[in-house]
Amino acid sequence: MIRVVLPPHLRNLAGIAGEVRLDVAGTATQRSVLDALELRYPMLLGTIRDRYSGKRRAYVRFFACAEDLSNSAPDEPLPEPVAAGSEPYLVVGAMAGG
Amino acid sequence: MSRVRLLVGTRKGAFTLTSDGKRRDWQVSGPHFGGWEIYHVNGSPAEPDRLYASVSSGWFGQVIQRSDDGGASWTPVGNDFAYTGEVGEHLWYDGTPRPWEFKRIWHLEPSRTDPDTVYAGGEDAALYVSSDGGQKWQELTALRQHESGPRWQPGAGGMCLHTILLDPVDPDRIFVAISAAGAFRTDDGGNTWQPINRGLRSGGIPDEEAEVGHCVHRLAMHPSRPEVLFMQKHWDVMRSDDAGGSWREISGNLPTDFGFPIAVHAHEADTVYVIPITSDSEHYVPDGRLRVYRSRTGGDEWEPLTTGLPQANCYVNVLRDAMAVDTLDDCGVYFGTTGGQVYGSADGGETWMPIVRDLPTVLSVEAQVLP
Repeated sequence: MIRVVLPPHLRNLAGIAGEVRLDVAGTATQRSVLDALELRYPMLLGTIRDRYSGKRRAYVRFFACAEDLSNSAPDEPLPEPVAAGSEPYLVVGAMAGG
Repeated sequence: MSRVRLLVGTRKGAFTLTSDGKRRDWQVSGPHFGGWEIYHVNGSPAEPDRLYASVSSGWFGQVIQRSDDGGASWTPVGNDFAYTGEVGEHLWYDGTPRPWEFKRIWHLEPSRTDPDTVYAGGEDAALYVSSDGGQKWQELTALRQHESGPRWQPGAGGMCLHTILLDPVDPDRIFVAISAAGAFRTDDGGNTWQPINRGLRSGGIPDEEAEVGHCVHRLAMHPSRPEVLFMQKHWDVMRSDDAGGSWREISGNLPTDFGFPIAVHAHEADTVYVIPITSDSEHYVPDGRLRVYRSRTGGDEWEPLTTGLPQANCYVNVLRDAMAVDTLDDCGVYFGTTGGQVYGSADGGETWMPIVRDLPTVLSVEAQVLP
């Protein structure tokens, strides 16, 4: 079970209260987690990453275990505490503006 | 008694303003989608409680929200705005070719007859249509693939398709305007398009009378006379009496002919409203005075309307989609400012009152009359 924390605007868009808990088959990667997230909440398609290329939107960041995974390969395994559900996978709206 | 509902899009959310037919006391609801940019909210003429909202964010991209109950509740619908077929290239600011890249939807125009059919104007310029209430969007590709497309260039606000006029008589005729390509018309439901910019003169482009490249800010028509079009261009207020086949300038005695919105009175096809601003680099009203200008002669002769509007120390702008009229017997006129005020007139512009004063920057205003 993977725990995903979304930024408030995306929680509002998808009608989510609190964390999302996802079951991901096989090795948990950023791609497989986001695939599962978008499958459950199709209104999130295109809001985190390009729906066709999978490229992360410019002002979205992915954090976990105090690490910035934003530029990690999408098929790399997620850190063990995330895969085990003890730490959440964070989708973050980047600090932008003044 | 009929009611009036204004649909207001702002930089940080959507608002609905409602009143009875007297239009003196207003209730403000919102923000809906707080924190998101709402370029446009528009209602179906066929089913006024069916609303569509363009909701976008620099972080999270484009979302379309739909309401079936007049804005009390909303549901996200489709947001897959793809360019169909070969994407192609247009000119970038520096004159180099650049592939079309979708950024946002500027304008939503529901069908006059079918609440499930709605058109959407995008940046980079493209026209989309949905026939299932916004779930799926299909590009009408012939516009973007017009032979002049590779010469289109963005205006300062981006290369946006911001105006869509559906002909009330001929369902196959659509007018659109793109900054800074110009105005275009289809007579066959979007299969082919022609530029309709003859008569426009734009000092900021190398060939002042080029077929494309004009920064058209807004088009307006009266539904009883769809062959007559009014245009607020970057500079110049223009009129066409032949569905865009040719244009003539009607700026007349306006204090400046730079501006963004233009609207036509609901019952008087030759009564036109504009809100001039100082210049292309001074996007605020002249002399610190907020004045709506009205022509009752279809242009050329304009009178300032000032009663109830600030006449000192006012330096707001009114954006292209931020003026609307209602269809009550005494035509209501409304506009929203970059300073967050929404003003309304219940008497065709003779007198004005602020409906709400402190919203975020207003991007769009639409008016609905409800039974």
